[in-house]
Formats: sequence, C-alpha cells, structure tokens
Amino acid sequence: MTTAVKDMTHGGGGGGAALALNVMRLRTFIALFAVLIFFSLAAPNFLSTANLILMSKHVALNAFLAIGMTFVIITGGIDLSVGSIVGLCGMVAGGLILNGVNLDFLGFAYTLYFNVPEIILITLALGIFIGAINGVLITRLGVAPFIATLGTLYVMRGLALLLSQGRTFPNLVGNPEHGTEGFAIIGSGSFLGLPLTIWILIAVALAAAYIAKRTPVGRHIFAVGGNESAAALSGIRVDRVKMFVYMFSGFCAAIVGLIIASQLMAAHPATGETFELNAIAAAVLGGTSMSGGHGTIGGTIVGAFVIGILSDGLVMMGVSSFWQIVIKGLVIIAAVVVDQAQRRLQHRVVLRQMASET
Amino acid sequence: MTTGTVKSGADSGESAADRDIVLTVEKVTKVYPGTMALRGVDFEVRRGAVNVLVGENGAGKSTLMKIIAGVERPTEGRIIVDGKPVSLTSTADAVRHGIGIVFQEMNLFPNLSVAENIFVSREITRPILGVRHQEQERLAAELMKQLEHDIDPKALVADLPIGQQQIVEIAKALAQDARILIMDEPTSALSAAEVDILFRVIADLKSRGVAIIYISHRLEELIRIGDYITVLRDGRITGNERMDKIDISWIVRQMIGSDAKDFADGKHAGGGAERLRVENLSLPRPGGGYLVDHVSLSVHAGEILGIYGLMGAGRSELLECVMGRHPHASGSVYIDGKKSTARDVAGRIHQGLAIIPEDRQRDGLVPILPIGTNMTLASLRQFCLGPHIRIAKELAAVRDFITRLSIKAPDPARQASSLSGGNQQKVVIAKALMTEPKVLLMDEPSRGIDIGAKSDVFRTMRRLAAEGIGIVFVTSDLEEVMALSDRIAVMSKGKLITVIDKAEATEEAVVAAAAVGHRKARSEPNAELETTA
Repeated sequence: MTTAVKDMTHGGGGGGAALALNVMRLRTFIALFAVLIFFSLAAPNFLSTANLILMSKHVALNAFLAIGMTFVIITGGIDLSVGSIVGLCGMVAGGLILNGVNLDFLGFAYTLYFNVPEIILITLALGIFIGAINGVLITRLGVAPFIATLGTLYVMRGLALLLSQGRTFPNLVGNPEHGTEGFAIIGSGSFLGLPLTIWILIAVALAAAYIAKRTPVGRHIFAVGGNESAAALSGIRVDRVKMFVYMFSGFCAAIVGLIIASQLMAAHPATGETFELNAIAAAVLGGTSMSGGHGTIGGTIVGAFVIGILSDGLVMMGVSSFWQIVIKGLVIIAAVVVDQAQRRLQHRVVLRQMASET
Repeated sequence: MTTGTVKSGADSGESAADRDIVLTVEKVTKVYPGTMALRGVDFEVRRGAVNVLVGENGAGKSTLMKIIAGVERPTEGRIIVDGKPVSLTSTADAVRHGIGIVFQEMNLFPNLSVAENIFVSREITRPILGVRHQEQERLAAELMKQLEHDIDPKALVADLPIGQQQIVEIAKALAQDARILIMDEPTSALSAAEVDILFRVIADLKSRGVAIIYISHRLEELIRIGDYITVLRDGRITGNERMDKIDISWIVRQMIGSDAKDFADGKHAGGGAERLRVENLSLPRPGGGYLVDHVSLSVHAGEILGIYGLMGAGRSELLECVMGRHPHASGSVYIDGKKSTARDVAGRIHQGLAIIPEDRQRDGLVPILPIGTNMTLASLRQFCLGPHIRIAKELAAVRDFITRLSIKAPDPARQASSLSGGNQQKVVIAKALMTEPKVLLMDEPSRGIDIGAKSDVFRTMRRLAAEGIGIVFVTSDLEEVMALSDRIAVMSKGKLITVIDKAEATEEAVVAAAAVGHRKARSEPNAELETTA
C-alpha cells in the first residue's frame, strides 16, 4: 500500500543509524581496506610493489571466474564446471603447443601445428563451446543448472586427464620450427609496469560491467533472474540470455586456463580444482544474491580481492593453510550476515526518515 | 445482527464499552520505506456483522489488514481485542486471538494438496506415525461441502484454477475457527455463481457471531453484503457509517473526494482496417480435449473487443496462444492482414502485439528491479544505439509514461515492489504501451484495482483505441464488458459461442452464451468450475 511521498530528503534523521548503514553498504570496500591495513602491519614486505603485483596476479585468476559466475548467479543459475574448464583449456593449449594435432587418423602422416594466436583463439572457443553445452543442457533439455554443470565438471576434468593420460604437459616454450613459441607472454608479459594478466582483467571487467549496466543483454540477465515468467512475456528470449551467461562463464574460464598454463609454462590436468567454489565465494562476498536478480561486477571484483589478499596475507604471516580455509569460510559467512543486517537496518533508517518528515 | 450505536471513528476510547465491538484499531500509523501507509487510523470491528473497508489502491487497506492479522506491526498506535490491548507479533498471535485472514495475493503452497494447505502448520498428528492425512482430508472435504464446492482435498493447489484456490484460502481461515475473519478482495477471482456461494457462507458465519472484515472494490457487492462501512483515503479514515444510511455515490465521494464516473466516455471509433485476425486457434488440454477450441475472431483498428466468460472458459489461454506463449497451439494469427510467422512471444511483440497478463505478480512485474527498468523491459531496442542503452532517452520516456498513466511513483529508480497494486498494474501497462503495439491484449486489466485506477485504465483503453490500436480485453465483470466493448465475444469451455455487436448486446444474451455447455449454472454451481488443469 503506497502513498507517494513528495519530498524524499536523503540523509536527514537517524544520524547514527544512517552512518552505520553507509558503513555496511561499503562493507566489501571496508573489508578490503581492513585486510590491506592489517597485513601491511602484520606481514613485512606486504606493501612492496612486487608483492602487490604478485597478489594481483593471484587475485585476477579468481576474479575472471567470479565475473562469469556473477552473471550466471544473477540469472538464478550456478556454474560448477568452471574449474574443470580451466583445467581442460590449459591442457588443450599445452597439447597444441607441445604436440600439435596429429592428422594420422585422416590418413595423412602429418602433424598440424598452430601458432600462438591461433591456439589462444581455439582455446577461448573451446571454453565458449563448453559453456554452450551447459546452456543447451539447461535451456533445451531442462536440466537444473546445478546438476548440468556438476555433470560437465566431471566430464571436462576426465577429458583433461585423458588428453595426457594424467601427465603434465611440461616446458611449453614452443618450437620455432612449428611457430609455436611466445606462449609465455600471456602469463608473464607486462605493459606499462603492470602484468598483462591485470590488463586483461581490467578489459574483461570493464566489458562485463558495461554489459550489466548499459546493454539490453545486461537488463535481460537481471530480468530473467528477477522473474523469468514476466521476462518471457516481455519478449525476452530467456533461453538465449541463459546461453549467453554460461558461454560467457566458459569464456572467462578459458582465459584463466590459458593464463595459468602460460604462467607455469606447463599444463597440468588437475589445474582448477575447486576454483568454482572460490568464484562463487567472491561473487557472494561482493553482494550477489544467490536467489538471482541482484549483483554487481564491481562488488564481485572487490570480493575476489578480499578473498585473495586474505589467503596471500595469511601465507606471508605463516598461518597454517588449514587455518586459512577456516578463516575463508568465516569471512564468507560474515559477509552474508552483514548483508542481511544491512537490509534490516536500511529498512529502519528509511522508516525513521519518513517519520521525521511527517 | 448488531444493535450497537455507530459513531465516527475518532472517539474510540468511549467505544471500548460497546459490547459488540470485538476489535478496535486505535490511532495506528504505519510507515514503509518511501511511503506512509497509515496515518492515525481508528477502526472498529463488530461481531456478527460484515465490516466493510474500502479505499482506492494505495489507500492503506491491505496494510491495515496485515497489522490486524499480525503480519506487520504498527509503527505507532495499538490494537484492542475484547477490551484488552494486545501485541500481535505474528500470524500465530493473531490466530490465538481468533483472527483469520484470506489474503488478496494467494498465500497457498502450490506444491501441496488442498488438505495439506488447509492444515499447514496445524497438522493433525499422532505420535510416531505423524500426520493423519485421512483425517485432514475428511475435514477438508467437510469444509468444502460447507462452501458448496466439491474440490478434491487430495488435489494439488497448483492444479486448481484461481477461483478454486480462493475457496481453499477461505476454507483454511474457516478451519482455524476464526472469530474475526478478514477477507481481502475475496471475489476478485470468482465468477458470479461463486460469489453467490461465498455470500451464503458469509451470511452463515455472521449468524454464528463471526465478525467479518470485508475488503473489495466492487461497490455493488459492498452495498449488498455490508453492515458497516469504513472508507480509507491516503492512509486516513474519511468516512465511517452504517451501510443502510449510505449509497454508492457516498462511498465514491469519500474514496476520491468527488463523484467519479466509472467508465470513460463511449466514443467508439471502430470501423478501421483489420488489425488482428485469428483462425482456428486451438490449444489441446493435457488430459484430452481443448483448452481453446478452434477459435476464430478479428479485431479492427480503433475497436475494443471484450471477451466475456466464466472461470476456465479458456479466455486467458486464448490470449496466450495469440501471444505465442504455447508452442503446441495450432491455428494462424494475422497481424494487419499478414500471417504471423513468429513462433515465440518476442517475435509476436516485434510484430506489434503486446499483452497485459492477468497475474501481474507472476507474469507482469520483475519486483526487485526498478520501476523504470520494468517499464522499458519490452522496448529497450528503441532506446538503444547499437548495443548501448541511452539512459537519458530511456529516463525521459519513463517519466513521460509516469505522467501519462498518472502512476504514483516518487522515484523511477525505486523497486517496483514498493508500489501499490494499482500502480504496479499501470507499470505493466506502460511496459506494453512502450512497445507501440498495433494490438493490445489485456487479461482482466481491472482485476484488484480501485475505481480511480480503473477509470484511468478505461480512459487509457479508449484513448488507445481512438489512436487506432485494436484492443482485446478479457473480463469477468459483466458491467465492464457491456460498457467498454464495441463487440462482445463470449466464450464457454474453450469455444467461442458468439460475437455480439454492442448495439444488439443485452446482459441476458451475454450471460446465456457464457453458460452454454454448462448445465443449469445456478442450481449446479460446480458445473462451471470444471478444472482447467
């Protein structure tokens, strides 16, 4: 039951609560500064440029996955397969560099090698393709997102292991004879003093934020998560929107697969295990609602940084990795508790403002 | 029947002595984010009487009821039951004080059976073996008998048409032995025969001393059934009288401050080119037969075609088929004389159709998105430069439509769920209009809307027709279909029975056509309630 209120004054009334509310709204940022300040005092060398860049590179990996995951979660879905896509894409890239494609099975005694840009494109296309498989399972075949992506999680991990019979593809420097050298640049190249990885993250994050805020696709993603039936009757092609988010998530995972293989100059089939959980954690920490319809890319990035800095900082302090896991879990729970508290407080503050106006 | 004296609502301190008053709401104020729903409201409820509460959308009726039912707590003020102030912090509290409520927005669990819904949270159990389903079903069946419906207690609520779901809601409240029963728009989804049954149930409850708080927008209905009336406007009580002392125009004056006309002026444009034609449209029913049975009809530019029929006549399904929502429907749709090749809703919208769904909560709104975003959801393309939404252009259009449809929305960036029902409906209408449709399909456009918003909607329909849009609207309100339509199509059991020109239409003819295929509608009310699922 609504009555239009003529003048909504902002910030008036209920000073203490309003301040507390602003604090909670900015909680992810505050958490970020809190961990930064804490570790800069507690861990020596924490604030050194070298360490900050190193941490950013670690964080970036999770941030890529979390960006893709954010879109998926906003539509009300979940993508558990990203970790496996990371592993498989890394293995495919590694295999193409090391062994090329053997065309024996076509009757040619010839091995086809691609150059690095081609390998990158093939790998990214593979990630998108796996995302499309998830999308088809979910939209055409009506499999619940949790189950569909759990299935592809196993399938892709298995395929990654099959590619090398479980072995690592080592030493991916490439061979000038085949034109496959230069793969290292993705993971270790830098531009204007920042690692290339960070530049790629900035580009992907800006693109994703733009999609979310300023394009019809972005609006449709939120609408599908908010009320699928109303979205469909508004002429939104719900299936296409879902296909898009899973393909985008697959694309993000493929980027991570490439970066890790390039950083290590090796591809290991177990790479990316449990990455999906970190990605979900970052999205949730950043304020994405698991019930769909709500979330921001900026929040997710900050969430990824909080998680990443926390783990790296604890390592530098020499805290046991077992304790790190416990602490990470507590931080996630705390984030959601604060989120709920914020909603309640917001409610109260607005009421108080209204009352003071009348 | 009560013999208590009637006073204006202000002096409630004295009225606590009045023995017929079971519940008093004293100086209650309720503030929500963005709105002040109630301002110092006094309201008295008498036993053995129907206490009517009316007001426009957004006047605060539902809020007041939620406070009485313990769903919401008042920001200020108190509630007195049987002379003692009580604190109702939950529906369980309210139930303990004998207060039951039938909600306007259905509060049922679609995945549970009728009996399970009726006894939810009060399951009849025995040790170890748990819920006594048979006993629950037996009692549910008894309640249904009392309500003159033979709804199967084992049926899933999701499988019932909305009218029968309403009956289940009422049964649920009755099962709690409520002394004070709140009915929030109980007839909005019911057919005329179902309303008669409901009124008999109400009369029976009255004679047993139950106090009924009755909320409705249908004024004739209120006059017919009410004993006392209280009018709310903008969160304040503006009138409080015995029903036999007042008439409809008094109610309307209290509600909107002056005499209002129900329907916009009948300037029938009509006679334009054909906008929409459907041929042999059919939708098979899952259990065999047809939900929509080979329907053919057409609408011309500037024409309003009303589709009348009883619950389950297949009217909503017909609109959904035209809209392309059912891929397994057969038949053809022509828009502006061209056969539509679009297979889905998006394609049909693009070709010039738009729909206002019957259930705005389920199919109309994305409640957690902003008001403005909801309005432009179907028409984003026109604000785009390539993939880029031009926010300024979008906002200008949103503000334009907020003014044109007189939507009470202080800030288009606020969530759509913060609006009242009538304003939400206007947002859904704005969304459809922003696609600049050639044909507008409206499914019960006035459902659960007050007089003020209703005449706004009707005026909009007229204006759109005058602009050359073809309008098809579905309604269960006979008066509405007679007053608004240029032609009246009557459906029954999925079939199009007849299409009558306005000049020749009589209420008798329309009602008779709606009952075709039903055996004697009055004496066998259940015949018209055949489940559509």
